[in-house]
Amino acid sequence: MASQVVNLRVNERSREFLAAPGTSLLSSLRDALGLMAAKRGCAQGSCGTCTVLLDGRPVMSCLVAVETVDGASVRTLEGVARDGELDEVQAAFLEGFATQCGFCTAGMIMSAEALLDRNPDPTREDVVEAISGNVCRCTGYGPIVDAILDAAARRRP
Amino acid sequence: MAKLRGRGYASVNYPTGMNLGGDPSQALIHATTTGTFVVSLSSVDLGQGLKTVVAQCAAETLGLPMENILVDTADTDTGPHCMGTFASRGTHRVGNAVIMAAAEAREVMLAVAAEELEVDAGDLETDGTGYIQVKGAEEKRVHITDLALAAHFTHGRTISGRGIFLKEKNDPVPETGEMDPDSCQAHACTVAVVEVDDETGVVEVLEMHNAYEIGRALNPAMVAQQVEGGAWMGMSHALFESTEPYYPTRDHGPGDFNEYLMPGPADIPMYHNAILERPAGNGPFGAKGIGEMTANAPIPAIANAIFDACGVRLDTMPFTPERVLRGLDELRGNHH
Amino acid sequence: MRYKTNPIDRTYFADEPAEDFNVIGSVVQRSDALGHVTGRTTFFEDLSPPDLLHVKMHRSTRHHARILGVDLTDALAVPGVVRILTHADIPNNVFTPLKLIGVQPDDEPVLAEGKVRYLGEPICAVVAETEAAAYEGAARVRVDYEELPAVLDVEEALAEGAPIVNEYHGNNYFTYEGHHCRRIRFGDVESAFAAADHVFEWRYQSAPIEHAPTETTGCIVVPQPDGRLRIHSDTQACFFTLDNTALILGTPFNKLRIVGGTVGGGFGGKVDIAVEPVACVAAMLTRQPVKYVYSRYEEMQVSSPRAAERIYIKDAVMADGRITGRKITLYVDAGAYSRHSPYGTTKAAAHLPGPYSIPNVWADCHCVFTNRTPSSAMRGFGVTIGDFALESQMDRIARELSMDPLRLRLINAYRDGDMKAHRKVAEGTALVEVIQKAAEMVGHELPAEYRQMSSMDRASMDREGR
Repeated sequence: MASQVVNLRVNERSREFLAAPGTSLLSSLRDALGLMAAKRGCAQGSCGTCTVLLDGRPVMSCLVAVETVDGASVRTLEGVARDGELDEVQAAFLEGFATQCGFCTAGMIMSAEALLDRNPDPTREDVVEAISGNVCRCTGYGPIVDAILDAAARRRP
Repeated sequence: MAKLRGRGYASVNYPTGMNLGGDPSQALIHATTTGTFVVSLSSVDLGQGLKTVVAQCAAETLGLPMENILVDTADTDTGPHCMGTFASRGTHRVGNAVIMAAAEAREVMLAVAAEELEVDAGDLETDGTGYIQVKGAEEKRVHITDLALAAHFTHGRTISGRGIFLKEKNDPVPETGEMDPDSCQAHACTVAVVEVDDETGVVEVLEMHNAYEIGRALNPAMVAQQVEGGAWMGMSHALFESTEPYYPTRDHGPGDFNEYLMPGPADIPMYHNAILERPAGNGPFGAKGIGEMTANAPIPAIANAIFDACGVRLDTMPFTPERVLRGLDELRGNHH
Repeated sequence: MRYKTNPIDRTYFADEPAEDFNVIGSVVQRSDALGHVTGRTTFFEDLSPPDLLHVKMHRSTRHHARILGVDLTDALAVPGVVRILTHADIPNNVFTPLKLIGVQPDDEPVLAEGKVRYLGEPICAVVAETEAAAYEGAARVRVDYEELPAVLDVEEALAEGAPIVNEYHGNNYFTYEGHHCRRIRFGDVESAFAAADHVFEWRYQSAPIEHAPTETTGCIVVPQPDGRLRIHSDTQACFFTLDNTALILGTPFNKLRIVGGTVGGGFGGKVDIAVEPVACVAAMLTRQPVKYVYSRYEEMQVSSPRAAERIYIKDAVMADGRITGRKITLYVDAGAYSRHSPYGTTKAAAHLPGPYSIPNVWADCHCVFTNRTPSSAMRGFGVTIGDFALESQMDRIARELSMDPLRLRLINAYRDGDMKAHRKVAEGTALVEVIQKAAEMVGHELPAEYRQMSSMDRASMDREGR
């Protein structure tokens, strides 16, 4: 099968590129578009480091064949800061010491963004559920859960 | 059928560095024209925060703000030698090397400032905000940016320094095991509170109380990161982890995170942590290495808590529900 | 905003001189955190050089076998496969990483030569234009084996007549200066058993544990215009990797340059020189950039784990709780090759008998070869599993004597000036104080004489009748 042209709206910008059949959304973001925030931790949907928002919903981008989402809207961590200003989730992770090696951080923040988009006032249990597909090996999760709750509080008017 | 609660204790020590082959690390530091100090290393940050902590060591020694420090690592063409990041050696070895390099650079900085201000170098001090000033006559001062420019373009001096820390080679005596392998020891005592479900065998860790003695907490927030992240890893080792669940046979080895189990964010206990400081004479500002040891005490503390809860002594890791249930069966006299 | 700090408790070691620091002891923001939260931190795999080739490995499907033949025909026919490396392509194929500090012999092939000694051992490296082609090529390599008996248990490996795992050693154990194990001999442990009120002996066992960093082990090698190789790696030790790689390649050391320092978790798993030599050879032969990164499955089952250990502890204990003798037999399951395990076994020996002053200590610490994935360094290796055994042992002794487990530990805790079993005088000790602090935190009541004990004052305990 031949490669095909795929159109995506990535971080509010229209992007067009060629993709061979079966190319993952993760590979497309990284190799075709040069967006490196989403990481390859397992390439089999078990770690969550590649989480991005696809039409507003969190997905593990390693599991999405990019030709099946032609025309979709994608948000990555590169698109979260507004005019160079950190958003609430980023600021809460930064100030709350919720990062150590940083490899899971992009996936964690995108899972958190998806949660806060649909539920601005989450409980601790809601946060735990939202990041239950994201593996972190350094922090023990506590500071990450705290940071997401803090981000929700910062975002509330 | 009941949930049985128990408490277990463990106290441990842990060596900083393991260096029988000789264990050096180096640092170089130099000032740019505008007074930023670049710390050149080949040391690796695995996420524990080495880049931050060595910048603190440089800033403290130079008497300058953190904003004046850049850490450039790890390129073997430009960074001097480092043995690597392992054995809880990074903060201790690299921290000491950076302090030595920064002390040498500070001496040059004060000497150039003495020429610039036409005073004796011994009468100068740093104010921590970027000025070098005369003790007791603070209006007589020069900012590091102006000083570095003057060093380059007027005095022809490099404000720079070299540092190395070496733990010397030591061969164990084969007959007795006499040896000097480490630099200092950090200490911890963990108390774990668990709940054992005597129907399913599932162990839940409810609380972990950790008391640590670490020499000096160079950055208390990053100490907390190590203590809590390590406690989680210890709990994970204790209850879940193995690449060979039927060791010593190699069957059923997990291949991904769906099969290799670890506690998730729903499984974390309440942590209560306390830090004591007994500075080590050979540590950077007294610090000992604690990156590794934080996973150690939780494992036996949990084993001992399980015994306290239900009378099952688990002498084989990990403490899976299957092992707990087999132990309970044995206590009840149900041999299979 | 808040971060969880642990306020320093200065009621302990209150005599230490107060120091006035500017930034030491302060909560300083992590210098790498801004890059992490914006997705701008660059890890080695975020590099994307043009014409990048990919390496995937064909690995052993046997625990122990002679290799009778390797057929590359089908693999080479896969579109996109550029080249397949075997041991013949690696200039100095047999190595051991700690040779840099004098540990010998070389005992591990970069690519298997004549036989395989564990399930998953690398045999041929497929270099291809895409990752998919490399995987496809690796799957189509055919290896003809003659199965050999395997040994997977440490004590079976040391028994008479066990199959030899690693011929470079000749025995199924690492030899320490002529001895079959690393030994500690301190005092007279047998006399202690003879004089003891109680003798307790128990056995402990662990299984291999994976580092599981979220970023797997890997590197990208980029040939430079001046003929050098720039290696972007997530190694935990840049010069250690550089020096070992140069020795394997047989090139001058200054032909290589390692760029790294930002790693997605290590925990000891990234010091094995696992990927750089093969990637460098592939880059030299193809004159193109090459990436070799472990899959998650390889990270789980092929990268070296924390060693499984089996530990027997036999203690001489007096009725008042004093431990007067401790005899330890410890087996580290090194798997098929040394890597860092001989070192870890020595580290385990130096840690014994735990943070306690025991006048008679005897330890035999064996570094044992078996037909499994080689183990190596991991966060606290030599100590973590030892602590599980030692502190379980302390709990069991307390139960047997119906003693408070913390008082048992305080009675036996090492103090400044004590001679440790490896004949190093203890200094800067603080076990007594962390136990006292933990007791205070959980409301575990200790009698006044135990609360007044000090690491700096052994006499304070001797007055209590020791």
